Amino acid sequence: MNWKRKDLLGIRDLSKEEMLFILDTAESFKDISKREIKKVPTLRGKTVITLFYEPSTRTRTSFEIAAKRLSADTINISSSTSSSTKGESLKDTARNLESMRPDAIVIRHGMPGAPHMLAGILDSSIINGGDGAHEHPTQALLDLFTMRDKKGRIDGLKVVIVGDIAHSRVARSNIFSLKSFGNDVICCGPPTMIPPHIETLGVKVEYDLKRAVRKADVIMMLRIQKERGGTTYIPSTKEYSTLYGLGREHVESAADDVIIMHPGPMNRGIEISDEVADGPSSVILDQVENGVAVRMAVLYLLIGGEA
Amino acid sequence: MKKRVILDKKAIGRTVTRITHEILEKNAGCTELCLIGIRTRGVYLSQRVHAKVTDVEGITLPIGALDITMYRDDISKLRWPEVKKTEISFDVNNMTVVLVDDVLHTGRTTRAAIDAIMDLGRPKRIQLAVLVDRGERELPIHPDYAGIVCPVNENEEVLVRMSEIDGKDEVVIVKA
Repeated sequence: MNWKRKDLLGIRDLSKEEMLFILDTAESFKDISKREIKKVPTLRGKTVITLFYEPSTRTRTSFEIAAKRLSADTINISSSTSSSTKGESLKDTARNLESMRPDAIVIRHGMPGAPHMLAGILDSSIINGGDGAHEHPTQALLDLFTMRDKKGRIDGLKVVIVGDIAHSRVARSNIFSLKSFGNDVICCGPPTMIPPHIETLGVKVEYDLKRAVRKADVIMMLRIQKERGGTTYIPSTKEYSTLYGLGREHVESAADDVIIMHPGPMNRGIEISDEVADGPSSVILDQVENGVAVRMAVLYLLIGGEA
Repeated sequence: MKKRVILDKKAIGRTVTRITHEILEKNAGCTELCLIGIRTRGVYLSQRVHAKVTDVEGITLPIGALDITMYRDDISKLRWPEVKKTEISFDVNNMTVVLVDDVLHTGRTTRAAIDAIMDLGRPKRIQLAVLVDRGERELPIHPDYAGIVCPVNENEEVLVRMSEIDGKDEVVIVKA
């Protein structure tokens, strides 16, 4: 497979072959994190900037660890400590950063399309670390990687995505990846959180959680996006948790080898019970572990060779 | 394309046998011996040496496969070389590691392999076994076991074909 992309902006642009190539490359990188010396010289002399306009624990740390394990230098910028608080525009910030010659910029921004805009004006490789409610491609790739690892396949699975589908970039990226591999995707949540016409993406909609999870191979829970006004779409978090919180009874009605996923951060007791989050079907921490390998693969493929 | 066969199937078999005996002779009494093949053809070669060791001595040595892509010194000048898996399931600490490769040329692959192994632990010693030593070294690296020493011109290429992936066994020199 010949990798030609400069940027990773979304799953929608990727072919099945490209996704599989990223997953296969990630397999090779996964072992590095299990060694005593968790570093290879592959990206020596390269610079990766993480530019985050929204809070993040996992994604930013994961990208930083991934870059460091490949020997790249990393610089982290959060909007709260950057000149954006002094009124500098994203475009100007990005152009100024580019003058310092980074090889890749990982950007997370509340505005959908922000990474695409940067990709058009910068020579550096742009990686979308989440743009508004649009896409979060590396999350979908690490979810795919985890499913392949745990289920042995990524086609023909019944995958239920539960929660605030409307405001979730994780849901959107996962729908694109799961549908291109021919999985059965069911979106479940209160009607106010299911975007109209979502069926056009090839998914089914089910408002009843009990019915949705029956015989499911994968259950993916989402958080209520408080920062995107999520709580105004439901009468109360108590009601939400009664109707859409995942408990043991749901897991029991799913397939015997069901896996429970969550992109984090979890709101325990709201969308997921402690019992399920920490239970034997949960692969939530595997997702985090695999995230490093997948991001190593993405960084390697984007900036590892000659452009 | 002109090609010249320098080793045929039989000759490769005999060469593997000789290299195996040399490895066993040099490491006589060594209990912590292992083989690591460098991807791609070094892996098949190491498997053949491995089988021969079992034939001759009745012992099964630990064996692994190494992908050196992540350690290449020219990685930023290549167009997205594919990274394959390194599969070494044993501890290399205090082992005598015999690195196995098909062709030794500049020595850069060997350098990368040595670095890759050092990141996995601290072996007691590392030795190098190759089927063909074609000369023209760019680094101070020397094989401990060489099947055939065969200087070739700059514009020529040594191709090792192994039945496991190429359908037949032979070593040929072709004009590039």
